Amino acid sequence: MSLLIGSAERVGKRTKDDVEYCGSMARQFWNSLRALSSTLPMVGNRYRWKAALAQMLQIGVQAFPMVTLMAVCAGLILAMQGASELRRIGAINLVVELVTLGFTRELGPLLTAIAVSGRSASAFSAEIGTMKVTEEIDAMRTMAIDPVEFVLAPKYLAALVVIPCLSIFSNGFGILAGGAFMKIATGMTFGVFFRSVTRTLALRDLVTGLLKSLAFATIIVQIGCLEGFRVRGGPDAVGRSTTAAVVKSTFLVILADVGFTTLFYLTRGV
Amino acid sequence: MTEDPVISLRDVAVTYDGRRVLHGVTLDIARGETMVLLGGSGSGKSTLLRQIIGLERPDAGRVIVNGIDPANCSPGDLRKFHRSVGVAFQSAALFNSLSIEENIALPLREHTRLPESTIRLMVWLKLAVVGLADAGKLNPQALSGGMKKRAAVARALALDPEVLVFDEPSAGLDPIVAAELDELILTLKRAFGMTMVIVTHELPSAFRIADRLAMLYQGSLIAVGTKEEFQSNSHPRVRQFLDRVPDPVADESRVDDFFQRYLEGDSPK
Repeated sequence: MSLLIGSAERVGKRTKDDVEYCGSMARQFWNSLRALSSTLPMVGNRYRWKAALAQMLQIGVQAFPMVTLMAVCAGLILAMQGASELRRIGAINLVVELVTLGFTRELGPLLTAIAVSGRSASAFSAEIGTMKVTEEIDAMRTMAIDPVEFVLAPKYLAALVVIPCLSIFSNGFGILAGGAFMKIATGMTFGVFFRSVTRTLALRDLVTGLLKSLAFATIIVQIGCLEGFRVRGGPDAVGRSTTAAVVKSTFLVILADVGFTTLFYLTRGV
Repeated sequence: MTEDPVISLRDVAVTYDGRRVLHGVTLDIARGETMVLLGGSGSGKSTLLRQIIGLERPDAGRVIVNGIDPANCSPGDLRKFHRSVGVAFQSAALFNSLSIEENIALPLREHTRLPESTIRLMVWLKLAVVGLADAGKLNPQALSGGMKKRAAVARALALDPEVLVFDEPSAGLDPIVAAELDELILTLKRAFGMTMVIVTHELPSAFRIADRLAMLYQGSLIAVGTKEEFQSNSHPRVRQFLDRVPDPVADESRVDDFFQRYLEGDSPK
């Protein structure tokens, strides 16, 4: 009986914690949307805009080599795997369509989000968690500075700008890798390859990919920062929050991708 | 009861995770007064301080600072409240990503429309007051513990607050640096006539800088008075604190009982 009560207590506590987490997330998201205008150039606070620019360098420019390398590898893998099957039915040229559609609709935004999640969600969480432990967040509050506006909003604006840009680069490098494979495997010239790519590319696919990127940017920043703001205790809590930020943001990015893909699949009327 | 108190606490009670940390604390602090909050570890003095600086809301009771109740006021009043209270944290809480100058300029840039040249001048003046005029370009990581605490005081002074709050100013400092910090607090008191609240458990420091002292024990205020009143206080806990008498570390009868049960094969709980 006591085992049953204990289990019920644990389930109840877990449910309460999860509801609290969702509530904190909703509040933080709303506050960050309200604070976003303060980070804009010309109309916002110039120090926030400078902070946002610094974040764009950190989240975007420094992640560029990793994202492009991942895209090239994934492009080659997709092309080789596709070619080995399509060759058997004499449709190896369809590899171009496979890589183009695969990247613009799916792999470009997803790979970028996973790379940025691993690099930046952990960095956000560690930075804010350390600021909590060293009382810097408390100091901000006592100076009437809103930590969401000061710390989170510049990161959010930066992510909303650079993650879609990185996704476009990821699309480009992934497709180019497919082109390189086709050149080596079939001797297809780059001219023929690009004509085939432009025939396959659809604006709708690019736009849906960018929409996904915006959603992924939101997930990465909001989860990374919330995990940092929830740190209680000492340095060990910072370590735990960093791990939680990466795991939760990566998982939620994939979950959101499933949701978007289902939605786009259904609305295409296929 | 103090006439025209700047800080007024009325029956302040705080509970963390079902455990009561403050039990109805009532205290008045007069304008220009230096009040030192004493107490052992876990006595609730830092919790009380967090109520005074508006970082937490009490579960019961009221905290009024300069006529504003930070737990129940408009956002505008809350901003006014935070501008009128400067805080020097125990860990200094300087922003590591900013230089010392930028740390001190931050509240001025956030809350005033002063031109950059005026802000730079004001920052230099605040640094000069705490004896760090040459350290403005350095990052917090490059400063010693005592210098960090003085830089934190300079930042707390940035907006010329009416109330200055220190959390454990001498903690972790050697006696000479701690004495320098006491001297700085006395200088600020003489120069600006600020109301100060200082949390500490360093007795020599407390008796040097305080106008009045208050002592917390297990979340209750057990003594409030001037230095002389405090030294003649007969409350057992106050005497124990002042005379540095340790609590018994272990209860011998419980230890004996534990071993007896262990030897009899009863698993210890």
